[in-house]
Amino acid sequence: MSEIKLSMPFDKNELKKLKAGDNVLLSGEMFVFRDAGHKRLFASIEAGRPDIDFAGETVYFMGPCPAQKEQIMGSCGPTTSCRMDKYTPYMFDHGLCAQVGKGKRSKECVDAFVRNGGVYFAAIGGAGALYSKCVTAVKEICYPDLGTEAIRRITVKDFPVVVAIDSCGNSVYNE
Amino acid sequence: MTNIDVNLIAEGIKTAIDRISCEVEPSCSDALRAARDKEDSATTRFALDVMCRNIEYAKEAHLPVCQDTGMVVVFLKIGQNVNLSGGYVEDAVNAAVKEAFAPLRKSVLDPVSRVNTKDNTPAVIHTQLVRGDEVKVEIMLKGFGSENMSAIYMLNPAQGLETAKELIVSTVKNAASNPCPPVIIGVGLGGTFEKCAELSKHALFRKIGSENPDPVLNALEKELLKKINALKIGAQGFGGSTTALGVFIESYPTHISSLPVAVNVLCHCSRAAEFTVTEGGVRYE
Repeated sequence: MSEIKLSMPFDKNELKKLKAGDNVLLSGEMFVFRDAGHKRLFASIEAGRPDIDFAGETVYFMGPCPAQKEQIMGSCGPTTSCRMDKYTPYMFDHGLCAQVGKGKRSKECVDAFVRNGGVYFAAIGGAGALYSKCVTAVKEICYPDLGTEAIRRITVKDFPVVVAIDSCGNSVYNE
Repeated sequence: MTNIDVNLIAEGIKTAIDRISCEVEPSCSDALRAARDKEDSATTRFALDVMCRNIEYAKEAHLPVCQDTGMVVVFLKIGQNVNLSGGYVEDAVNAAVKEAFAPLRKSVLDPVSRVNTKDNTPAVIHTQLVRGDEVKVEIMLKGFGSENMSAIYMLNPAQGLETAKELIVSTVKNAASNPCPPVIIGVGLGGTFEKCAELSKHALFRKIGSENPDPVLNALEKELLKKINALKIGAQGFGGSTTALGVFIESYPTHISSLPVAVNVLCHCSRAAEFTVTEGGVRYE
């Protein structure tokens, strides 16, 4: 099965060519955070001073294991995306290009992907050890007190994902 | 009376966590490889292949298979002739969890304040007094992508086993891609509300491919596995022939007014072990 290589930040025209079910290898930088990171980011947005600028970016829903031995990042597979559904339409409407996670999304999310030409990628849940090999750099961005749920920025090389929902709203998931 | 030092139990728990965080239970990894080899859908086969390669790499490099190293669930079966010495057994278990989790993800927090305990304690400990003069320990690292998809139903007797079957299958259907399928399903039938949930958790210690010694439950397990696989959710929800690797049922008598049914969902990475502690030391299964 052939794989499409894409670099982040994404060229939105490249994203529009992707079809649900395509295998993609991602390289470049993306934000990493999950439940508590979203909750606190949205509190900062509501207060009128967003703690990060996610326009043009990709967010990966993940909370890593601590790095072991010579690792840059510990095991780092995806967490279940639907817990972040309530934050997702706002983020795509304000410039987010893509998300990486696992599992189905709400209709409101799919509508937001279509409305904004965004894409939702599925990483392979459980494959945390293998994904740690793709991480070439990690930066702590904010909320260090949240531990594994802090906001980080990682650089990856050839990070394997599947296009789960494409910019036309087609889905790889059985209905 | 047989004296058993609780520090031996702690030693066993530390060793088990260090191993199972990095090594998927062998009957489970074998079943995944078999699922990959028979999968027709290319996208799903890709997912299964990544999952199998991850399990091999994690074992070889001794790295956590999944970043969700879970909440620790321990079943302590303490022989009634045993005198536990050397401290309080739950403190010993939690001290072992704290030490073993130093290199692992700390995922446990207070449900109200959401403040992390920072050492993955406490474990969930189920203690049972059994016959004999040994302590048997069953331990599991339970991830919550799958735990969140679990459910319990208190049915009326009139609804009966047919409704129970429908609900077990629909629980897996509604969980869809979230619990990292192919899943393993633990089912509790009967008991009270909490007994039923505990049965469903304990059922997850069964090895993939093992038969239920009760012929009626064994047939029910096979029927449910067939129905669940007919859902075609497939690995990671990408479609395909393997939605579950196994369905395991434990039952207990219940009240004339009820039919409790609990469904505990486990992901494709079963991280479980058993060991026995005697006066002389720890014996791994």
